[in-house]
Amino acid sequence: MLLTVLSGLIFSCLIVPFGKILKTKWSIILPIVPFLLFAFFAAQIPLVSSGNSLYQHIDWVSSLGINFDFKLDGLSLLFSLLITGIGTAIFVYALSYLKGHRYFDRFFGYLLLFMSAMLGVVLSDNILLLFIFWELTSISSFFLIGFNNDNADSRKSAITALTITGLGGFFLLAALILLGNISGTFIISELVQSKEVILNHPLYPLLILFIFIGAFTKSAQFPFHFWLPGAMKAPTPVSAYLHSATMVKAGIYLLARFTPILGDSELWHYSLMIVGGITMLYASIHSLFRIDLKSILAYSTIAALGILTFLIGVGTQEAMVAVAVFILAHALYKAVLFLVTGIIDHETGTRDITVLRGLGRVLLPVTIASIIAAASSAGLPFVTFGFIGKDLIYEATLHYPNMEWIWILTGIAIVTNVGIVAAGLMAGVKPFLGKLPQQFEKIHLPPFSMWLPPLLLSALSIVFGLLPWWAGNYLTGSAANAIHGSSFPQENLAIWHGPNLVFLLSIVTLVLGVIVYLVNKPSLSKLQAVEKLNNISPQSIITGCANSFLRLSDWITGLSHNGYLRSYHLKIILFAEGLLAYKLWKSGPIVLDFDQLTRPDLYEIAVVLVLLGALFIVVSTASRLTAVVSMSVIGYCTCLIFVFYSAPDLAMTQFTIDTLSTVLFVLVLYRLPSFINFASKKILYRDAAVSIGFGLILSLVALRVWSEPIAKDISDFYGENAYILAKGKNVVNVILVDFRGIDTMFETVVLSIAALGVYSLIRLRLKPTEKE
Amino acid sequence: MELILIILLGLLYAAGVYLILRRSMVKLLLGIMLLGSGTNILIFLLGGIVKGKPPVIDEDAKLFQDIFADPIPQSLILTAIVISFALTAFAIVLLKRVYALVNSDDLDDLNTPEEEDI
Repeated sequence: MLLTVLSGLIFSCLIVPFGKILKTKWSIILPIVPFLLFAFFAAQIPLVSSGNSLYQHIDWVSSLGINFDFKLDGLSLLFSLLITGIGTAIFVYALSYLKGHRYFDRFFGYLLLFMSAMLGVVLSDNILLLFIFWELTSISSFFLIGFNNDNADSRKSAITALTITGLGGFFLLAALILLGNISGTFIISELVQSKEVILNHPLYPLLILFIFIGAFTKSAQFPFHFWLPGAMKAPTPVSAYLHSATMVKAGIYLLARFTPILGDSELWHYSLMIVGGITMLYASIHSLFRIDLKSILAYSTIAALGILTFLIGVGTQEAMVAVAVFILAHALYKAVLFLVTGIIDHETGTRDITVLRGLGRVLLPVTIASIIAAASSAGLPFVTFGFIGKDLIYEATLHYPNMEWIWILTGIAIVTNVGIVAAGLMAGVKPFLGKLPQQFEKIHLPPFSMWLPPLLLSALSIVFGLLPWWAGNYLTGSAANAIHGSSFPQENLAIWHGPNLVFLLSIVTLVLGVIVYLVNKPSLSKLQAVEKLNNISPQSIITGCANSFLRLSDWITGLSHNGYLRSYHLKIILFAEGLLAYKLWKSGPIVLDFDQLTRPDLYEIAVVLVLLGALFIVVSTASRLTAVVSMSVIGYCTCLIFVFYSAPDLAMTQFTIDTLSTVLFVLVLYRLPSFINFASKKILYRDAAVSIGFGLILSLVALRVWSEPIAKDISDFYGENAYILAKGKNVVNVILVDFRGIDTMFETVVLSIAALGVYSLIRLRLKPTEKE
Repeated sequence: MELILIILLGLLYAAGVYLILRRSMVKLLLGIMLLGSGTNILIFLLGGIVKGKPPVIDEDAKLFQDIFADPIPQSLILTAIVISFALTAFAIVLLKRVYALVNSDDLDDLNTPEEEDI
């Protein structure tokens, strides 16, 4: 299974060197990759439908618990077949759709990457591995949404989608790590055994909150739904593949996958039911006001995802069967509707349903596919798979254990389904009916590789609709088992359950949907009226938050990084003062032993006074030369202090160095202008206060350290061994050239480097152009 | 004397900090040098100061007969003085270079226009 996941990645990489070849007629080999994968997964159907699972374990980073653990059970298989099956159709379709596009090869690279990532998500049995693939789907989706990268809208949508799904991914990672820490394992099939521990853990509510945020952002649940309509800026094959059939269902997959582990609490059920319910109602009503084909489909996709979340929340066995069936049914018809939209867009250049009419005459095979898909989405009884799905949804809500809730749940389901029916008719039927406008008369049928995939997929809707037990036996039955976490006796899917309440509701939904479709005339003015509400929509709130966050960081950056060195110095020094003062204050009072003090002689005090005078001149003078000379006075005075207090070596070094510095200074800088005072009085006072504060704190630190006894062990060691071990009588010299000889050697290296720098800077001649 | 040195090093630090808060590049360099001498005196003081007892063993002895000044701070300071000279020398030449290029001693003249826009 590792190979199935990696094959897409490998081919995706191969596109980099061989992209040019693939732009020619060799492009035909591209759909073979998903097709072979599809064949592989199809071959596993008998094994999995008999209740077995396929496992694979390859060590990767075992010390962190991240390994290639793969598991193919009913749920994974259903998703894998959708990913590779619909993937094959999309690949074939995209060959013609993007024919001659500048980034043809790049597109398939992204698409293959995405397919691998998605297979990885559904096959991983290790939650950390799952997370890696989860993020990969977000990233590949980002590239695909922003595929038309010369379009500002499309870039913006890509960033929105990445931000939202990335945010969700972050929460998901937190949740998964929490889950692993609570249960002690990262393997999903082992997590089930720790179910009780996890459910009773105090962090359980936080855990599922994080999981929910991860799943809801990915599956476009309210209030994170808004990235999905934006993602429709992607080329249509991408919308069909990622944003209706596969990626957005990753969140649903996640919830379904964790249902056996986490899904046994009221919190889980009610939150999912409420969020799913809001999403499905909100989106299905919204879809009726859209005039762009893709927008209609986007909102009805959100509604469908809402239904799936809702059903997982309902959580009964029947609901699980409904989830499995509805995933399949929805993927089949929604992909077709998107592909048809792509053809219409490709041929007519518009997706506005108020303009599109009468295309049935010119695009006959497309029309057939589209009408079948719309019928399936409407749940036309007896022939379409959508009908079975709709049936099961009603069964699930009607058989909800809590009697008082039944009618609320069923009511929500009816309203949503009516909306989905109407949206399906608007998108799938309306453009083909009526009289063909003149401007579209020259339209001709696209190449068969574009109309065949939607036709085949819609044919599957009919096949499964006529033979539902076939789908139930081989696909959805074992998937439902996997979601529920145990095998349970299932009544097999059937077309006809007799004229019961469920059937009645299906008919009522269909009729109401058709009425809504006939009555509702979407128009630009209505859309604009609805869009006025956008100011209070979650999208604008979240964008507003993001924008104010950007402004905040901009403000902080402007405040702290204004590009003036002295302001950085000021901040660093103030911070250091704060830290040192705090530490001094915490370390308690300073106790001084006045007996230890050495008595100063008069000449010493005189030297210190000279030094202070020179210091004052350095700070206050306006002449550069005076400042430099005063600097050397300070140096010589320090030198004298070293002489008085038993440091002849220091005095000699300081004397030499000071003389050298002064000479260098004067030689090099004598031409510079004198100092100009830029700062105002106020700033000068502020800086003076800061500096005096710093000096004071440093003096106190010195006092503090001086008042503590010092350990003399090392000094004594050097003193005793200077002659015995190193045959030297000047201890300072011995330390420098013997005991710490290597340090001194590196010091010499530093000096040489500085000397090289000085030399090359002096030698470097300016070109006349470089002079300002 | 210790107390005087403590006040002295505080003043050296204060003057150094004051100078590095100025706009002039030369003052910045002088400030850094002052901070260096302040630190030297700080280290020197913390080793404990003794008068007239350099850490040199007498001609005819193999060991110290008397107390002696702590050699470790002295070797540290010696290193520090030399390294700070390397820094100063390089900085002085760099300053000259900058002056030749932009004809100014003002640090703000080094800011690129983009940075000022932020």
